[in-house]
Amino acid sequence: MTERRPSRGWMLPGLGILLAVLILLPPILPTYVTILITQSLIFAIVAMSLDILIGYTGLGALGHAAFFAIGAYTTAILVTKHQAPLSSTLLWSIVSAAGSSAAVAFLPLRASGIYFLMITLAISMCVWGLAYRWVSLTGGDNGITGIPRPDLGLPWAMNDAVYFYYLILVFFLICTVLLFLLIRSPFGKTLVGIRDSETRMKVLGYNIWLHKYLAFVIAGAFAGLAGCLYAYYNSFVGPNDANLGICMELLLMVILGGPGTLFGAGLGAFIITFLKNMVSVYTERWLMVMAVVYILTALYAPDGIMGLLKKFQKRRQGP
Amino acid sequence: MEFWVNQAFNGISYAALLFLLGGGFTLIFGVMKIVNIAHGSFYLMGGYVGYTVVLLTGNFYLAFLVACCVIGGLGMGMERLFLRGLSGQDLRQMLITMGIALFLQDLSLVIWGGNPLNLAIPSYLSQSIQWGNFYFPVLRIFMIGAAAALFVVLWWFQEKTKVGAMVRAAVDNAEMSEGLGINVPLVTLGVFGLGALLAGFGGVVGCAFMGIYPGLDFELLPYAFVVVIIGGMGSLPGALVGSLVVGLIDNFGKALFPELSYFTLFAPMAVVLAVRPTGLFGKG
Repeated sequence: MTERRPSRGWMLPGLGILLAVLILLPPILPTYVTILITQSLIFAIVAMSLDILIGYTGLGALGHAAFFAIGAYTTAILVTKHQAPLSSTLLWSIVSAAGSSAAVAFLPLRASGIYFLMITLAISMCVWGLAYRWVSLTGGDNGITGIPRPDLGLPWAMNDAVYFYYLILVFFLICTVLLFLLIRSPFGKTLVGIRDSETRMKVLGYNIWLHKYLAFVIAGAFAGLAGCLYAYYNSFVGPNDANLGICMELLLMVILGGPGTLFGAGLGAFIITFLKNMVSVYTERWLMVMAVVYILTALYAPDGIMGLLKKFQKRRQGP
Repeated sequence: MEFWVNQAFNGISYAALLFLLGGGFTLIFGVMKIVNIAHGSFYLMGGYVGYTVVLLTGNFYLAFLVACCVIGGLGMGMERLFLRGLSGQDLRQMLITMGIALFLQDLSLVIWGGNPLNLAIPSYLSQSIQWGNFYFPVLRIFMIGAAAALFVVLWWFQEKTKVGAMVRAAVDNAEMSEGLGINVPLVTLGVFGLGALLAGFGGVVGCAFMGIYPGLDFELLPYAFVVVIIGGMGSLPGALVGSLVVGLIDNFGKALFPELSYFTLFAPMAVVLAVRPTGLFGKG
C-alpha cells in the first residue's frame, strides 16, 4: 500500500459524467437496453457489497448469492402472500438476509483462506437446496412467479421500464454512497488493515473476528436489499438465484472489475450482465463464451480491469 | 424395521458413490489446496463416456476402463495447462475451474444432448439378492464393494508405498519435499489425474445407478463439499467417514423430511465445524 497513487484528478468529473449518463440516457435508449442497465445496477449493488469482503477485507466469501436469494425470496413471499408494500419488503429482506448471515457467519469464520471459500460456498449450496426442496414455502423448482412491481402511490406506473429504472437507480446511488462511506470510515480502514496484515492489526489491539463478522453481516444486508429489488425486477424468484453459477458469477464480476475498488465491482457487474444477455442473443453456446471469460480473467487479469488500467497508467507515467 | 434396514442400505450405497466423488476431491485438495469446481463435471463426463462405450461395445467393464483413462487424462491436461503456476491463488484457481466446468457442461450438452441417460447394466447386476425379508439389489452391492476396494487400495498406496509417502510429504510441505528431491510437480499432476479418474469412475457407477443429466455436475458438488468439510480436507479416511455420514443423513433426511433434504446436509457440517474447524480427520 505504500506505492504512489496515480493522480485522481479525473475522478470527480468522470463520476459526474457517468452519473449524468445514468440519469439522462435511459429515456432515449431502446427499452431492452434500459432493462439491462436496471439489471446491471441491481447486480452492481451485490458485487460492490461482495467486494467489501473480497477486495477490502480479504475474505474469499463465495456464498454471497445465498443472502441475495434470501432477500429475493423474502420479498417474493411477502408480496405474493401478503401484498406487502415496498417499505416492508425492503425492511424484511434486509433483516432476513442480515439475520441469516449473522447466524451462519460463525461457521466460515472458524476457518480461513481456502477453507473459508469452501464453507461459504457450501452454505450457499444449502440455501439453494432449501429453495429447491422446501416446496410449500418457495414453490420448489417452479419458484415464485407473478411478483408485481411496487405501487408507490406516485403518478408514474412502475410497470414502465424507465420509471422502474429510476427507482432502482435511486437505490443504487444510496447503496453506493453508503458503501463508499463505509470504506472511508475508520471501520473500513481497519478492514483494509486486516486484509494487509492480520497479525499487525491484532497486535495493535483490534478485534479481528468482530470486524470480519460485522463486515460479513453488512455485506449480507446489502445483498438482501439487492435481492428485494431483483424480485421486483424479475417478477420471478427461483432456486437458480442461489445456485453455484450465480455465486461464481458474482466472484467473476468482482475480480473482472478489479477487487478492492467499488467502481471496479460495479463495472464488472455491468460487463457480465451485458455480455451474458448479448451473447445469448447471438449464439446458443453462450456458456462456452462465459467459460472463456472466466479462464481469461483468471489467467490474464487477476486484478481486473481497474488493475490493468492502473498498470497502464503507471507505465505511462514512467518509473 | 424394514424401513430402517432399507434406508440404511440405500444410504450406504449412496455413500459409496459419494466416496468416489469426494475421495478424488479431497485428494486433489490435499496436494494442491484447490477447490475444484470442475470435479462434478469429471463425474458427469465419466458417466457420459461410460454410456457411450456401453452403447458402442456393450461391455460394462470396458466402460470403466475407458472412462477412467479419458477423465484421468482430462484432469492431467487441465492441471498442466491451466492450474500450474497459479498455486496459492485461491480465487484465480476457482475462476479457472469454474470456467472449465462451464465449458465441459456445454460441451456435453452439444455431444450428448439434454436428456437424462441411463447406462444399461449386465443382467446379473440388475437382480436382487434375498436375505430373510430383505432384498438387496446386486448393483448396489457392487457399488459398495467397488468403493470399499478402491478405498483399501488408495489407503494402502498412500500409507504403505514409497510413492504414497512422497504424496504425503508434498501435502505436508511442498517446498521441503522439493528440497529433498521429490518431483512435486509430477506428484501434483499424478494426484490431480487420480482424483479426476476417481470421479470418472464414480460417474460410470452413478450413470448405472441413478442416471446422469445436464446440471447433475453442480447438483452433486455440494455433497462433495460437505463430505470433505466433515471428513477433513485432504484426508482419505475422512472422506470415507464423511461419505457415510452424508449418505446416511441424506437418505434418512429425504425419507423423513423431504422438504429439508439438502438442508439436512447443513446440520452435520455446522456441528463438525463448531467442534473441529478442520474436519474430523483434518490436520490443524
